[in-house]
Amino acid sequence: MIQYSYLIPLFPLLGFLINGLGWNKIPKSLAGVIGSTSILASFVVSLAVFVEVLSPSFQGPFVQHYFDFIQSGTLYIPFAFQIDALSASFLLIITGIGFLIHVYSTAYMHDDEGMVKYFAYLNLFVFSMLLLVMGANYIIMFIGWEGVGLCSYLLIGFWFKNHAYTDAAKKAFVMNRIGDLGFLVGMLLVLYHFHTLSYQELFDIIQSSADQTNMYTAIAICFFIGAMGKSAQIPLYTWLPDAMAGPTPVSALIHAATMVTAGIYMIARSSVLYNLAPIALDLITWIGLATALLAASIAIKQNDIKKVLAYSTVSQLGFMFVAIGMGAYTTAVFHVITHAFFKALLFLGSGSVIHAMGGEQDIRFMGGLGKKMPITKITFLIGCLAIAGIPGFAGFFSKDEILAHAYAQQPLLFVALLIGALMTAFYMFRLYFLTFTGSFRGTEEQAHHLHESPKAMTLPLMVLALFSIIGGYIGLPKVLSEKHWLHDFLSAAVTEKELHELSHATEWMLMGVSVGLVVVMIALAYKATQKAQFSAAKGLGKVLEHKWYVDELYQAIILTPLNHLGVFLQQIIEKSGIDALVNNIGTSIQWLSTRVRLLQSGIVGSYIFVMVLGIILLLSIGFLSTIL
Amino acid sequence: MILITLLALPFVAALLSLLVPKQAKILALVSSALAVLITLYMSMHIAEGALTIAQAWLPDLGIQFALHADGLSCSLSLLTALISFLVFLNLNNKEVPKAASFYSLLLFAQTGLMGVFLASDAMLFYFFWELALIPIYFLSSIWGGENRIKVTFKFFIYTFIGSLMMLAGLIYLGLQTPGADAFSYHALVAVGNSLSNTQQISLFVLFFLAFAIKMPIFPFHTWQPDAYDEAPTSVTIFLSALMVKMGLYAVLRWLMPVLPEGVSYWSNTVIILSIIGILYASIIALQQTNIKRFIAYSSIAHMGLMCAAAFVQNDLALHGVKIQMFMHGINIAGMWLVVSIIENRYHTKDMNALGGIASTMPKLAVAFVIISFANIALPLTNGFVGEFMLFAGIFSSANPSHVLYMVLAGLGVILGAAYTLRMLQKVVFGTASNTQAVKDLSINEWCVLAIVLSLIIALGVYAKPLLTLTSF
Repeated sequence: MIQYSYLIPLFPLLGFLINGLGWNKIPKSLAGVIGSTSILASFVVSLAVFVEVLSPSFQGPFVQHYFDFIQSGTLYIPFAFQIDALSASFLLIITGIGFLIHVYSTAYMHDDEGMVKYFAYLNLFVFSMLLLVMGANYIIMFIGWEGVGLCSYLLIGFWFKNHAYTDAAKKAFVMNRIGDLGFLVGMLLVLYHFHTLSYQELFDIIQSSADQTNMYTAIAICFFIGAMGKSAQIPLYTWLPDAMAGPTPVSALIHAATMVTAGIYMIARSSVLYNLAPIALDLITWIGLATALLAASIAIKQNDIKKVLAYSTVSQLGFMFVAIGMGAYTTAVFHVITHAFFKALLFLGSGSVIHAMGGEQDIRFMGGLGKKMPITKITFLIGCLAIAGIPGFAGFFSKDEILAHAYAQQPLLFVALLIGALMTAFYMFRLYFLTFTGSFRGTEEQAHHLHESPKAMTLPLMVLALFSIIGGYIGLPKVLSEKHWLHDFLSAAVTEKELHELSHATEWMLMGVSVGLVVVMIALAYKATQKAQFSAAKGLGKVLEHKWYVDELYQAIILTPLNHLGVFLQQIIEKSGIDALVNNIGTSIQWLSTRVRLLQSGIVGSYIFVMVLGIILLLSIGFLSTIL
Repeated sequence: MILITLLALPFVAALLSLLVPKQAKILALVSSALAVLITLYMSMHIAEGALTIAQAWLPDLGIQFALHADGLSCSLSLLTALISFLVFLNLNNKEVPKAASFYSLLLFAQTGLMGVFLASDAMLFYFFWELALIPIYFLSSIWGGENRIKVTFKFFIYTFIGSLMMLAGLIYLGLQTPGADAFSYHALVAVGNSLSNTQQISLFVLFFLAFAIKMPIFPFHTWQPDAYDEAPTSVTIFLSALMVKMGLYAVLRWLMPVLPEGVSYWSNTVIILSIIGILYASIIALQQTNIKRFIAYSSIAHMGLMCAAAFVQNDLALHGVKIQMFMHGINIAGMWLVVSIIENRYHTKDMNALGGIASTMPKLAVAFVIISFANIALPLTNGFVGEFMLFAGIFSSANPSHVLYMVLAGLGVILGAAYTLRMLQKVVFGTASNTQAVKDLSINEWCVLAIVLSLIIALGVYAKPLLTLTSF
């Protein structure tokens, strides 16, 4: 089956082409069927491929060349795919969760006039993400990388009549491009020093010449700049919260199954390189930690249901990068997987809420929704328990693993991460209590309209809720099981750094502390939401509400100066400088030319006639002179 | 024989359309379609060996009628034929005043361009260079916009000064070894290389000014936004897709082999100017509200990158330049076609007055978005392969300052995304500020754009044929 893995991106591509080319002919209901079926088909193939990778007979990565993409002199870049444990795991997540989001969208987008176009974009999005993880070299990854950037641009700005939405789309693309430049420079460094961009060839070379630490560090940092853009890390994270301008299922797709996980995938893919670049890893740890804490603190004070979730994604990505920085790549991938389940669940749940509220996203005007929407409420609660790290739920296992690694490396790091985890528990349950419990604070009309969402929306919620519970058991902690299934599976494709081991007693103790404090935070959140008074925030609260004024800072130090520079260049240098000089020369020549003006009759025909005559004369002189 | 046909075809068509004015349209369309077929045929067979013709022409002056086609000439002739065909196809259902003269002049320009890309005698090259330019002056001064006279005059002054310098340089070179073929490629290469360093350095300036104005390179670029703004669309397409390539082509074909010492002396200066140009033009493009001037500045930025790579002078960079010349030609022609349709429907070039095309003309909007992303080199569009090779080429020169150049030029990639998306936001998205009903693409317009879009995707996914062609 593995030789047919090209079908995995092919199905979404076909879905995109059918819906894209037939956007004004295909009926809306059919568009959803085409879109969802194509992803289902690639999910089935992915599953078959995954099973094959899982079997003991699978030896090393499967690489297939299709055609030459770039060839010039010694530069050779084939269009090739690589299937191994890492890409096979990502394929399942992308197509599996992608499929659920497509099904959900058939109901969510049902009343939108652009539904066919929407499904075309959605399929293209999945296609790009599949290219990203299936490529056998960095160029193919880059194709998918920029492709998801394009699709996020199209989908964030899907409701293109709204200026703020297209602003958000523009911001997402440009910020990603800043990261892409880092990726590009990284690739060029690799190409210049190792003359290949193929993973296998490159890692073979690196493993046999481990002494070029400075070069590896430079490359690793460049790649990480790319990852900062895609995976929304400081300083390139501000696009992600704005990206919720798109339809809610798109947010689920961006935040859970695709796009933001790309940065983690890239570094896990390059683990061989990063293991030899300790400075780059330290940098990643610090940036990840700062992002995790900053975003979590912002989420505490947000009142838009999607914004809370968006900052929570940024913060959780920070956790993953901390894991990467410690060299625990499989732990990061583990958190990607569990996060994909519960974050998709939470976003789709918020979509269900927004759907019922008639577009309202402000949790200050919600409350008590649980009575009318029991399925959404329960599944959302499961999502919150999972992200908060309550034992038994998926997020607990992966987050606990990150915390344990942190403690083993540096107890202070553990403390900082624990603070982040506690803030997570607080803001998630603040969100939950304000939305689903208490009494309704919206308008009469909204109250009347409240309803549970249709099956096409609640079924995906239930499936995701199920996986938000059981998804964690693929990686049991040492104290519970000697065998960490995911770790063992991925170890063929990802080279982990040597990590310190904790004693079982310490691990139990850490778990106890974090779980106990998380429960306290949930109680605090409950208490804080009972007042339900929303007075204007002051002091630190106001700073948090304004997201630490980072957007304003970027505006002041980058955008405004760039704008002034533009005006300066345009008005002063271009118009009054270069152009004025040229015009003066022009005027003086014009004065001279008044003498020759007699020759200008103004009749086109005569000009052309003279020109043609001249050409023929020249040619005939030439031929005459050869004959004579 | 093929080479002669390529020159004769548009030339004869140009003469005929003056004689039979009513058939001008059909003559232009058929002759340019034939030219596409011939250049395609030539491109497929160029691997068997370059084509050459040499015939005495003005032996007393040392001038030959000599043509030579290798991969680069072939790809640019193909581009010339293709773009001419698109231009004529686009004019198919439009009425132009004084049509016969209009078509005839365009066909003369096409002849000149073909000649420029094929000539292997420097004087013949110069002759075709002027033959390509002169019709453009007439076309813009007669069929142009309101300020056409002033703007064409500026364009004329710029290019005329450039041409004079080149002519002076050529005569100087030719006088070194007078003979029946003093201006032939081989003779000039031999002469040029025998010159002293100082001679090469000063001659370089004469030639490079002519080429720099044509490309154009900062700070010789200010004719371009004006000319693009005022000239009729067909002419603008000729100018931006083909004529600006003449400058770069001349650098690759003539300047580098003839004056190698001059080139290596000046290369750093040129690269720095080019990179200033990239950033300068990109930042100004961010400020533009006139969509035509916007495209002009974005094109200056793109040409800057190609010029910088050309002067880095390693194989990869040069190959990238050859690829990107072709790709840029297609994309910018696409841009102008779209803009001409917008201007035709809305009668404005002001971005702030436009908006909401995605609702009023959805087909056009799709085409515009795809072409715009090709223009900022999104992977799987034709812009990417060439741009990657340009960057890789600039980077792989081992010179640490080149790494800095690459990063600075790379900022152009970010600015490119910023200005392009700003333009799309203003023009394509938002709500229609103008409530008048407009028609989406006509069948003819759709055909023209479909050709452009297919080339963008096909060459973006599978650029190998072009990569192979330009490696000969």
